[in-house]
Amino acid sequence: MAERAIPTPTPESQHYWDGTKQGELRIQACNTCEQNYFPPRPFCPKCGSRDVKVVKASGKGKLYSYIINHLPSPGFTPPFTVAIVELEEGVRLMTNLLEVEPDPAKLELDMPLEVTFEKLTDDISLPQFKPAK
Amino acid sequence: MKRNSVAIVGAAETTDLGKIPNLSQIGLHADAALNALAECGLTIKDIDGVATAGHDVTEVVHYLGITPKWVDNTSVGGCSFMLHVRHAAAAINSGLCETVLITHGESGRNRIGQLNRAIFPSLFQTQFEQPYGVTFPPTRFTIPVMRYMKEYGLTEEQLASVAVVQREWAAKQSRASFRDPITVDDVLSSKMICYPFRLLMCCLVTDGGGALIMTSAERAKDFPTKPVYVRGTGESAETPLISQMEDFTSSRAFRVSGKSAFEEAGISHSDVDHLMIYDAFAHLPIYGLEDLGFVKPGEGGAFIADGNTRPGGQLPLNTNGGGLSYMHSGMYGMYALQEGMRQMRGVSDAQVEGAEISVVHGVGSMFGAAGTIVLTNNPG
Ligand SMILES: [Zn+2]
Repeated sequence: MAERAIPTPTPESQHYWDGTKQGELRIQACNTCEQNYFPPRPFCPKCGSRDVKVVKASGKGKLYSYIINHLPSPGFTPPFTVAIVELEEGVRLMTNLLEVEPDPAKLELDMPLEVTFEKLTDDISLPQFKPAK
Repeated sequence: MKRNSVAIVGAAETTDLGKIPNLSQIGLHADAALNALAECGLTIKDIDGVATAGHDVTEVVHYLGITPKWVDNTSVGGCSFMLHVRHAAAAINSGLCETVLITHGESGRNRIGQLNRAIFPSLFQTQFEQPYGVTFPPTRFTIPVMRYMKEYGLTEEQLASVAVVQREWAAKQSRASFRDPITVDDVLSSKMICYPFRLLMCCLVTDGGGALIMTSAERAKDFPTKPVYVRGTGESAETPLISQMEDFTSSRAFRVSGKSAFEEAGISHSDVDHLMIYDAFAHLPIYGLEDLGFVKPGEGGAFIADGNTRPGGQLPLNTNGGGLSYMHSGMYGMYALQEGMRQMRGVSDAQVEGAEISVVHGVGSMFGAAGTIVLTNNPG
């Protein structure tokens, strides 16, 4: 793998990637048990109900955990941060941290983060997070 | 499974470990299998069940010349072999086959004849994790640890002490890759791989293999080797996505698998004389000690740093030196089982005197899956 991985949407995840392309972070919610969930599926992983909907997330969350990757990775210049953000809506996503140095002194767990979008190709924009203003 | 109803009668590693430039991956499977057959006086014709992971079981069957009545290709990462032991015990007990061969071989270092694992761009992992630059295990397996450190106050020094203690065990092992003593300072000044993980907190990458042969406890009495009985087993799976673990401070798969194994075995923690916890990275013995119930949540780091698991300590842990010092081909679970077997046979280079019960716990596909086996040399 010499190049950065580009996601290939499936019918079940197309709404997510359509959203990021329009600058929206979309998660899903269950109409039966009212839980939010991620990654995308046409049913609720908490209760099995197919009665689910796509909802727009606020894009706000907090830094839940991270590493600073010093290993080579296609499309990245190490060191760079790989983080987990916990959204206000309760679900967690992997992200890089943009607009902040990969320095433990600058990365405090639970610091507020907000979403931004990184255009990878004409079809794929990747949700990314940065310190909240 | 029924307690002590099945035994492991053959257990061997490849003739060499570490750098093996003259064998491909399938060759490592075969070398280990032939060693295990030879030590228990069986030939390939006696085998009617085969299990393996990381390699197509049909190729192992064909390469070795076996005509099986039962096969298992369960591949859930490095703990697959714990699951094979469990599945084989069930198969033998229900009469599906009589004598099972479990093989592992991996040219982790020289990468000869390795199967390329398919990476589908549509999988969850490739859609929702890989685009963020995580590829190698050190970049994924380590991600929950900062949360653990914040929740419980685990220090980098305590994390480093895991590698230090295991090197003390490795020093006793003639086949360990690294045997020279190291200090916490050595670990904390080794090359940064993925903050907070440094090189000496990460597993080796070596070549090797191992094999186990299992049969009913009844038949095991006729073998030249000292039988080791399977007293309890457990397995579980959670998620291939490290970002979607339910709890970053504890593995659900560990808890479910460990509880099952202890319940089947009918043992309490104080009965355990010897413990193996798959250590691809330094945090895993900490999570394992807690999730298996040996210590309370948050106490694992201090328990190891205080010397409880080192030679002479109350709970001998990872006595081969572990993936951090002994060897790590990629799917290390087989080597943890081999050291559990040596301890139960009384032949480990770091023998725990009088040990009768060994618990061997494996993890696979990051925190994706787990398997736990309770071994004993005393069926009571
Ligand atoms: Zn639901």
